Amino acid sequence: MPSRPTTIAIILAAVLAAGVLLVAGGFAWTWRPAIAPIADNERPPADEQTIRHGAELAAIGYCNSCHQAAEGKPYAGGRAISTPFGTIFSSNITPDAETGIGGWSEAAFQRAMHEGVDRTGRQLYPAFPYDHFTKATDDDVRTLYAFLMSQPPVHSVIRANALEFPLNFRPMVAGWKILFLRETSLQQDDSKSPQWNRGRYLAEGLGHCGGCHTPRNILGAEIKGSAYVGGTAEGWNAPPLNSLAVQKWTIDQITEYLSTGWTRWHGAAAGPMAIVTQSLAQAQSEEVRAIATYIASLSSQTGTAPENATSGDNKQVAKASAEVAAIFSGACSNCHDGRDGIGPSKAVSIALSAAVRQSGSANVVRVIIEGIQPVPGMPGAYMPSFDNVLTDQQIASLADYVRARYTNEPQWKDVRQEIAKMRQ
Amino acid sequence: MPIAINVNDKSHVIYAEPSTPLLYILRNELALHGPRFGCGLGQCGACTVHVDGRPTFSCILPLAAVGERKITTLEGLLEDGKPNKLQQAFIDEQAAQCGYCISGMVMRGQALLRANPSPTDSEIRNYMRPNLCRCGTHAAILRAIKRAATGQEKRS
Amino acid sequence: MNGRFAPSRRDLLQGAGACVVAFSLAEAAGGATAQDLPPSKSVALDQVDAFLAIDDKGMVTIYAGKVDLGTGVRTGLTQIAADELDVPMASVEVIQGDTALTPDQGPTYGSLSIQNGGVQIRQAAATARAALLDQAAARLGVAPGDLTVANGVITAKSGNGVFTYAELIGGKHFDLKVNPAAPTKNPADYKIVGKPIERLDIPGKLTGEFTYIQDFRVPGMLHGRVVRPPAIGARLESVDESSIENVPGIVKIVRDGNFLGVVALSEWSAVRAAREIVTTWSKSETLPEQGKLWEHVRTTKILKDDVTSNIGDAPSVIAGEGKKLSATYDFAIQTHGSIGPSCAVSAFRGGKLISWSASQATHNLRKQLALMFSLPLDDVRCVYVDGSGCYGRNGHEDAAADAALLAKAVGEPVRVQWSRADEHGWDPKGPPTLIDLRANIDASDTVTAWESEFFIPQGAADDVDLVAATLADLPAEHLLSPGGIINDSAIGYKFANIRTICHRLERTPFRASWIRTPGRMQNTFANECFLDEIAAAVNADPLEFRVNYTDPADKRGLDVLDHLARLAKWETRPSPQKPITGNLVKGRGCSYVKYELVRTYIGAVAEVEVDRATGEIRVSKFYVVHDCGQIVNPKGVKAQIEGCVIQTVSRALKEELTFDRSMVTSLDWASYPILTFPEVPEIEIELIDRPTEKLWGAGEPTAALIPSSISNAVFDATGVRLRSVPFKRGKVKAALQSASEMDRR
Repeated sequence: MPSRPTTIAIILAAVLAAGVLLVAGGFAWTWRPAIAPIADNERPPADEQTIRHGAELAAIGYCNSCHQAAEGKPYAGGRAISTPFGTIFSSNITPDAETGIGGWSEAAFQRAMHEGVDRTGRQLYPAFPYDHFTKATDDDVRTLYAFLMSQPPVHSVIRANALEFPLNFRPMVAGWKILFLRETSLQQDDSKSPQWNRGRYLAEGLGHCGGCHTPRNILGAEIKGSAYVGGTAEGWNAPPLNSLAVQKWTIDQITEYLSTGWTRWHGAAAGPMAIVTQSLAQAQSEEVRAIATYIASLSSQTGTAPENATSGDNKQVAKASAEVAAIFSGACSNCHDGRDGIGPSKAVSIALSAAVRQSGSANVVRVIIEGIQPVPGMPGAYMPSFDNVLTDQQIASLADYVRARYTNEPQWKDVRQEIAKMRQ
Repeated sequence: MPIAINVNDKSHVIYAEPSTPLLYILRNELALHGPRFGCGLGQCGACTVHVDGRPTFSCILPLAAVGERKITTLEGLLEDGKPNKLQQAFIDEQAAQCGYCISGMVMRGQALLRANPSPTDSEIRNYMRPNLCRCGTHAAILRAIKRAATGQEKRS
Repeated sequence: MNGRFAPSRRDLLQGAGACVVAFSLAEAAGGATAQDLPPSKSVALDQVDAFLAIDDKGMVTIYAGKVDLGTGVRTGLTQIAADELDVPMASVEVIQGDTALTPDQGPTYGSLSIQNGGVQIRQAAATARAALLDQAAARLGVAPGDLTVANGVITAKSGNGVFTYAELIGGKHFDLKVNPAAPTKNPADYKIVGKPIERLDIPGKLTGEFTYIQDFRVPGMLHGRVVRPPAIGARLESVDESSIENVPGIVKIVRDGNFLGVVALSEWSAVRAAREIVTTWSKSETLPEQGKLWEHVRTTKILKDDVTSNIGDAPSVIAGEGKKLSATYDFAIQTHGSIGPSCAVSAFRGGKLISWSASQATHNLRKQLALMFSLPLDDVRCVYVDGSGCYGRNGHEDAAADAALLAKAVGEPVRVQWSRADEHGWDPKGPPTLIDLRANIDASDTVTAWESEFFIPQGAADDVDLVAATLADLPAEHLLSPGGIINDSAIGYKFANIRTICHRLERTPFRASWIRTPGRMQNTFANECFLDEIAAAVNADPLEFRVNYTDPADKRGLDVLDHLARLAKWETRPSPQKPITGNLVKGRGCSYVKYELVRTYIGAVAEVEVDRATGEIRVSKFYVVHDCGQIVNPKGVKAQIEGCVIQTVSRALKEELTFDRSMVTSLDWASYPILTFPEVPEIEIELIDRPTEKLWGAGEPTAALIPSSISNAVFDATGVRLRSVPFKRGKVKAALQSASEMDRR
């Protein structure tokens, strides 16, 4: 004779059913049909002007920072993007019919950018920041589409993502979208200048600055109300943009920094930000200035202008730790202690560095190990990699040394951890 | 205070400021000609040596940081006082004009061939990128590395 | 001291069993006996003794005023001397650039080391050989024609009697004037010249045995570093000596006017002291705004006009009927960028100065140092020690002056090593060049007139003021010496009316000097691109166009063009390629010149790929055809051509000095990038060897063609003309953007 189900079993079943219904409902809510593929000759040709404009929009969105692998071709995907949920491999967005988006109509592309769904109707993981791209106008997305379609098609099969269960189940994204995706466009703010509005449109949309500079919740969504409070990007700290960092950032400085990767009173962009600035170098300077105008407005910066800031160099530290002081003098000073605070390779005094003041040592550790490379073949800020030059122990001591010498902050507790992370 | 370092399989006791970049120690205290001063900034590769076999700019490595790691210079690649396979390949291809960058090129090239005995042209070019040459000897250097890798002669 | 590069000496007397007769050529010449010969060595250009000596073991020493700058000249001169004297190369040693020992053959520039220097040495050797044969003939009672020479041993064909050079002259002076009519060896009999002899210095450079000036040490030597002003023309206002108290081993801080240097016991202490010393300087803004450089050049006062060609009446024809073309070209300020920054060692001994440096013109440096320190010329000796490639007048001479000033101040030998910032910031620069060109084409698409105006500084290839003399306000010549930059302003094409004028400007923004292929590169860039513009305007194939306007009597020139077409598999069609579609486009361009209109012929074809979205140019391949007459060492010539191509691709694509109103701002490789391995093109070279023709230079001519070949290839690929060197991405992108619509996909 069959046993009767227990109360707990009934509750579990109910919860399960509710969960299934929620997911199913969410799935239904977010389900999209496949859009038929198009052939190459069905695509209307674009004129040179549009393609060039599209290239500039792609520069602002720095698509290749994700959609190009280290040894790969532009837009051909295959780059490993580590997320807290596992690794995602960026897709091939060249117009290759078989392995890229060659069969995508403009409508399919618009849908992907605005709704996070691919041509076949699959959910796209929000590592592709459509929560930002949704704010881009149809016109801009159309222009971007024309540019991408003009790129040389590359046959490149992308590895499958390595995500932890149950996140490797795409329909789960539906739930995420219900909770976090708002397909709204920005409303013009008439109390601000046209430049500010343009900057906000670019920064919040294609520029997706918040993607790194805003903290994320446990489900990987940007925390509402904490915009630009600071976040992380591939192990690096993305500092807050809404508060006075070390020193005041003027619009001119932000513009220079974003379009060249360096500015005199703050130093060089490093890690993922260096890649962003290399991309923004290709954008029109008025657009970058607009972004800078918006970003500058995020904090009420009333701090002292950098030219007046005291250098804060505790030279006593040098005497306290002779060996690491010797290492600093031999390895770092030639560039970082230049005459008048600026030296070879565009190195600025570490007294100006925001990285030494962050609550975590990630950026200092990473920049010592990785260095800073300009765009290959182009002039720019440079720092040699000290990986293998110095041992991990020495790098740790150096991080502690610069923290003590150039700030009045307490010593970091995570230095060895950060170094260990880089060795995984 | 003396510091002991191991260079080309010999131990040396060095009396110098601990902050001194290894490059100056090798050239002055040890009178070696291999590693050269090109920039002192880690930008050109003329100072390249091996630190535990890995190609490293000696101009940004302070004496205090060397420790027990083994340093190898151009001179240390000689076999019984004679050029090794790669050095001979450079001579056979006449891969030097002024020759000032060549020590760094050989050190970097040697590290490549140890890690990858049969590199493609593209792999050689990418690997050698950090080393600068102003005379324009790159084509001959590439031929020399290829020659040492495959052991085949390439007509220049 | 100056290193030896020839393999170890070997005894030449291979058991010949000859009777050794002590013999003095001087006696035979009716002059004083050997014992009366003056102790110092002759350096007079008309004396055999100036150029060569043979010791009592038969070792030949060649004294060359021309120096090996990493170019293989030492080997080439050894080949020439050995062949002419009929001795093995191993018996020849070359001493170079020592003002006490070597004649003044002129600075080592202009691709003249073999063409002039080698020829002088050949003539001296021929004179010596003839004299030695005469003596041997007299001794043996035969005619000189009955003698043969091999390996320094003179043998009578009849078999009776042998003399070695060592026996005849060993260790004594020749006391002979160089005979310009002394017959030189028939090229058909060359055993060494024309052969691809391996360079004598390369093995030492691969083993670490070679000594560069940077390796050069003298006993008791101290280490010096200079502290240059933060701005050109800034005055040194204060020096806080206590700021380097904690740097160990400081010997002296040397301050003389605006010159500041530090001398220390160790090199690192000198580096640290120079870096850490606290100084204040006045503000100084003597430079134009970089963004307005060409305005500045165009409005600089013109001192005179050099009309470098005037055929027919170009201005009238251009003003008359016909289709007009005009364009303006410019070429940026560039720096030598020696990979090993300049270095020198100087010492004062008993009031006399000896200076070791890698100067390409030690005889001139000697005069400059004598002037600077108010010394008689005889009290100054300059000795050449190989440096890294200098490609012209870089900072070597200035480092020598710095070292001398410091040595004088401390009374010990001092070595000065320039930092990378010293080299990039303070070596003299290749001046900016601005060129306007105009042409007239008649109804039958014939070019009827060509007119060009070059805005370039006055002066020639004279001395360049020493930085230390300027800073310390010591005597100097105050010359403006940009090099022979009017060369190749004139063109060799046969147009009916040609006028080329060089407007010689009163001044130029930086201390100027010549960089490889000075003027010839900039001028040929404009000429060969504008010619290409005309070809495109009349829808002609660019290579055919050049053939059509070359003098039909110029067989060698036409040969080069013919070989070029075949080597590059040139497809005959006008430029640009059609259709121009897609983001990555490919093209090819050609360029041709007879260097300075009087010597080496070169033709080149470049193949490029352009990314139209980013403006990035990739030079994928270069073809070069080269006719320099008699080739002394084909390997050496090929190496020079490859060097010309790669170095100049770097200059054409990337290199531009950056500066603000006060000072150079491109002070290292990160701010002045040069070509790296991934960017190096494939190169295919064809040498045309003409052993019976005059010997012409090969170190520079090819470089003249590189920028125009690339620009012409970019035009072929994109339909857009690049008229401004360097072809940086931003410029290329802007040029592409302002061009007409491209074809639809």
